[in-house]
Amino acid sequence: MSILVDKNTRLLVQGITGSEGSFHTQRCMEYGTKVVAGVTPGRGGIQHLGVPVFNSVEKAMAETGANASLMFVPPAFAADGILEAIADGMPLVICITEGIPVLDIVKVHHYLREKATRLIGPNCPGVMSPGKCKAGIMVGDIHLPGNVGVVSRSGTLTYDAVSQLTNLGIGQSTCVGIGGDALPGSTFVDILKLFQVDQDTKAVVLIGEIGGTMEQEAAEFINHEVTKPVIAFIAGSTAPSGKRMGHAGAIITGNAGKASEKMKALSQAGVIIAPNPAEIGLTTKKVLESL
Amino acid sequence: MKIHEYQAKTLLAQYDIPVLRGKVASTPAEAREIATNINSKVVIKAQVYAGGRGKAGGIKTANSSEEAEKAASQLIGTRLVTHQTGSEGVPVSRVLVEEASKVARELYLSILVDGTSRLPLMMASEAGGVEIEEVAESTPEKIFKSYIDPAVGFQPFQGRRLAYGMNLEGGQVGEATRLMTSLYNLFMDKDCSLVEINPLAVTADGKLLALDAKLNFDDNALYRHKDIQELQDKEQEDPLEVQARDWGINNYVKMDGDIGCMVNGAGLAMAVNDLIQYCGGRAANFLDIGTLNNPERVVNSFKMFVADPRIKAVLVNIFGGIARVDVIAQGIVKAYQQMDIPFPLVIRLAGTNLKEGRRILAESGISFILAKDFYDGAHKAVQAAKGITK
Repeated sequence: MSILVDKNTRLLVQGITGSEGSFHTQRCMEYGTKVVAGVTPGRGGIQHLGVPVFNSVEKAMAETGANASLMFVPPAFAADGILEAIADGMPLVICITEGIPVLDIVKVHHYLREKATRLIGPNCPGVMSPGKCKAGIMVGDIHLPGNVGVVSRSGTLTYDAVSQLTNLGIGQSTCVGIGGDALPGSTFVDILKLFQVDQDTKAVVLIGEIGGTMEQEAAEFINHEVTKPVIAFIAGSTAPSGKRMGHAGAIITGNAGKASEKMKALSQAGVIIAPNPAEIGLTTKKVLESL
Repeated sequence: MKIHEYQAKTLLAQYDIPVLRGKVASTPAEAREIATNINSKVVIKAQVYAGGRGKAGGIKTANSSEEAEKAASQLIGTRLVTHQTGSEGVPVSRVLVEEASKVARELYLSILVDGTSRLPLMMASEAGGVEIEEVAESTPEKIFKSYIDPAVGFQPFQGRRLAYGMNLEGGQVGEATRLMTSLYNLFMDKDCSLVEINPLAVTADGKLLALDAKLNFDDNALYRHKDIQELQDKEQEDPLEVQARDWGINNYVKMDGDIGCMVNGAGLAMAVNDLIQYCGGRAANFLDIGTLNNPERVVNSFKMFVADPRIKAVLVNIFGGIARVDVIAQGIVKAYQQMDIPFPLVIRLAGTNLKEGRRILAESGISFILAKDFYDGAHKAVQAAKGITK
């Protein structure tokens, strides 16, 4: 097993005809992902990369049975693209697009509340279940099928962590990039819930960053609900603290945004913290050996 | 993006939020003229992007237009150092000259997007002023919060609840509700990331007034607000950071060390800086080169390093994903062809098109230190920087 994407994933690519969309659709197909449709409004009816292109998500779903969408739509139009996929009942939307205005995403979250769609991202590398399905922009060949789940706010730092794992012979069940934005579609807690009930996941690597309180919420959840070992690293210990949102940000989060506070909360919840970002793999290895 | 207080107040006034009579001046003579027109006691406020102006001497009062001119001359053309600026301070090119007011109470009002609820959140407190963060810490019951449904908008009942929370009474409650509704409309219309009125004054005659105002905007939404973009004052930012942006490097933050870093991805860039410190060194900057496959951006990053006299070594750490290692390598070679690189260079490469990237570097004949992995790169960069400093 794995979470979110697997051999049964039938991927639709929104923005398939753009340069990014084309490049990464090809990489996904080379990896073995079933890409069944593309959507670019105005380009419906053509074949692109051997895949039928539709004007709307609705039509694409009806004709191809697509059950997940990967989005490469430019930032000014991305929220509209996500809303369209949600409206048509797409079960999973993975939004790669970086730079979407925050208030557009507020609208998306509002609409999501009564709907069944799960949103991953925006501003994320996507989701990868090694050997089964690559729905994102991550490098395919650094992954190895296995039993460690990875969930991260970062893109390239995750590639590094995954390659550390793979070089030590530790495979991954699924790697989920939840994205670097302030309002991610899915949080650490959302993904930890899935890993906790996934039979193939024996341990979870969590990679956080400074800012917000998502890591503290994860710590709270891990403390009460997660029985599998969790290994974590928080990036940004050395980031300058000068970047602040007036008093209002401090009133909401206090010191919680700091790396040290996040590590403290996670460690109190029984999470093993990697001493530095180059030892995420090694720390995981030690934890797995002690099981 | 930030703007100045006088610009924020102009926007507030457009939304019918009461502000004091005043005008911005860029010379002492202008300040004098404005004070003459106001014709009462005035306050002269340095216009800088940093907070903590009052304690740093950036706010002065004047009883006459002569005094106003003198106060303005003591501020304009100087650099103001506050607890938020660092020792070099920020330049004062303008002052806001405002009528002085008799303040009975100082309240607090702000709106931001709350990460946990994913909703716009309005916060109000009767304990406004510079100590508001301590108030939130020690007496959180004095901070009143209202989460706003973006489909319904800010509602009068929410305004009343916050107004009563601030101990307003009588006609002030309706006045505050109207002000809050306007502030919410401004927040949404202009894609703000923060609006903060601190203090929101209750004057001696019971009126509400925005005494100070901070407005920040969502950088991702600036493309649809040309009017806001034009307000940006590059003088207020670090020259290296402005230079970086002009060269297409949007994600550059100056730090206080001596190792220049070029990395792809914000998380990895932060982790590289963390690892450098773990290895006993200090990064001179955070630099996320982004995902665009353009060798020019690599060349420009090297221009940044060459222009920065603090740099004693440079670490390039690229884990190719969207960004391709061969394109980065081409950029590095180009940089060496275009300029004298006076520092040792440590390179760690991995990911998309690695082999091609390594070949380009090997065949170029440039001298660099190759790192085998993430840790090795940071370690070697720290050694290289120390080798020069001895």
